[in-house]
Amino acid sequence: MSGQSVSMGRRSPAKAAAPLLLPAYLWLIVAIFLPLSAMVFFSFASDMPFSGKPWSLTLSNYAEFFSSSVYATLLLSSFRLALEVTLWCVLLGFPAAYVLAKVFKGRTREAVFLLVILPFWSNGLVRIFSWAMVLRSGGILDTALNAVLPFKINIDLMYSYPAVIIGLVHSYVPYIVLTCYLSLQAIDDSIIEAARSLGASRLTILKRLIIPLALPGILAGSVLVFVPVIGSFMEPRILGGRTGTFYGTVIEDQFVAVFNWPLGAALSFILLAVVLIILAAASPIMRRAT
Amino acid sequence: MSKTTRFLSALGRGYVVLLLAFLYLPIFIMGLMSFNASPFYQLPMKWSTTWYEALSQDDRLVGAALNSLQIAIITTVIASILGTAASLAFFRYNFKGKKVLQTLLLPPIAIPWLITGTAMLVFFYGVGIGRGLHAILLGHVALALPYVIIVVNARLQTFAPELEEAARSLGASQWQITRRITLPYIAPGVIAGGLFAFAVSFDQFVVSYFLATPGQTTLPVEIYAAIRKGFTPEINAVSTIIIVISMALMLFTARFYKFGGNG
Repeated sequence: MSGQSVSMGRRSPAKAAAPLLLPAYLWLIVAIFLPLSAMVFFSFASDMPFSGKPWSLTLSNYAEFFSSSVYATLLLSSFRLALEVTLWCVLLGFPAAYVLAKVFKGRTREAVFLLVILPFWSNGLVRIFSWAMVLRSGGILDTALNAVLPFKINIDLMYSYPAVIIGLVHSYVPYIVLTCYLSLQAIDDSIIEAARSLGASRLTILKRLIIPLALPGILAGSVLVFVPVIGSFMEPRILGGRTGTFYGTVIEDQFVAVFNWPLGAALSFILLAVVLIILAAASPIMRRAT
Repeated sequence: MSKTTRFLSALGRGYVVLLLAFLYLPIFIMGLMSFNASPFYQLPMKWSTTWYEALSQDDRLVGAALNSLQIAIITTVIASILGTAASLAFFRYNFKGKKVLQTLLLPPIAIPWLITGTAMLVFFYGVGIGRGLHAILLGHVALALPYVIIVVNARLQTFAPELEEAARSLGASQWQITRRITLPYIAPGVIAGGLFAFAVSFDQFVVSYFLATPGQTTLPVEIYAAIRKGFTPEINAVSTIIIVISMALMLFTARFYKFGGNG
């Protein structure tokens, strides 16, 4: 027995770790990394490879992106959508995170914190759908407002840009609350006390102390919101209707409606490049936040 | 506490309540409307369970729901086992390339599912794996694995390596150590990781959507198709059921993680 343990000690750590790691990483290779590589390959194909039709390697899919302004415009509008959603999420989420970290105490804090992050672990599609119930004309918002207001108004936000914004903010605001809460909680109360006793106003403390110290959390949360929103397609489809055409919905179309997979792969890969640039730029800040 | 401070605290609390209302009201309304007899969601409400009865007769939705459940359970089992094994390797051994392997866990989480999903579609189609429930399962396990590894790793951080050393010096084999000492200790982490895996799979829409075929779909894919055709109160009912299940599951995970977390 002791001989065995000695031999185990002599076995190189990499060899000992391999059997434990291999199954998980083989799975990730087959289901994540090979597909991502295959998509790059596909994006250079003139027609669908392996479908029996003749195909060759070409740059035409990328040429299509750069030659017509349609795709660049869509990417830009997705970018704008992601920026707006992120901004709203920060504006709505940061104050809540502050109250959670500095005002609520003990069990109340735990309960409220759980309530904020709970929806984000439930089905995103269903939560988007639930807004359709609220926003459509003759829906709840409409009926409720008409019941209390003396004049007749017709709220029909459904199938509009604001509806897409509302749905996405609803989906992603918990990320911001979570990351801001973590960095706000790390701020020592005695620093704030010290600033106050030195005569700093609340606004000064917020501007010069709290926001700078919470910045890594705000930025980390912003990336967590921005990246999935720029690739969103289901939310604009359900809540945006005909106004909900974005870069993500065009990619979806290439794969499920138009069946131009090589073009879809090229569009996906361009999006992936944009996402990776954002992640790379943010990673030093994210590392500081965690 | 000064008057202003008290006023601002009250304002802050009020604001958080408003934000919670924003988060929960639509879900609550959807649940309420699923019990409304009127198919046009007319008010005042007339209570009825019509839509739930209609739902139980809807073979497509029930079939898709069973598929979802089945895939989520298998995903949970596979991802928990493979993920726990990988976490143990990271915990026990220091080797070249460890950092790289750990960084490779991020892409499945950080890359938008639209990209991952379409890439899987292209690759699975190209190599002959094709589409369908098996392809969906393949994808779900890959998406769930990083979560399991991260959660189990967090639990292992609180484990004392000396325990394994002590057992080894007393003559226990590697397998005995794992089964009798390490696994019982990290069990809460493994179960929490498994619950995350279940949630990732059960709520997954985007990746399933690109890998589904008409006969072989999951519940969210079927719901999306139904919404785009024009939504019916049945979709309300099934959505309400899903959201109640996943929220209950997460509440359970949160309690479990907390109370199990300290030992």
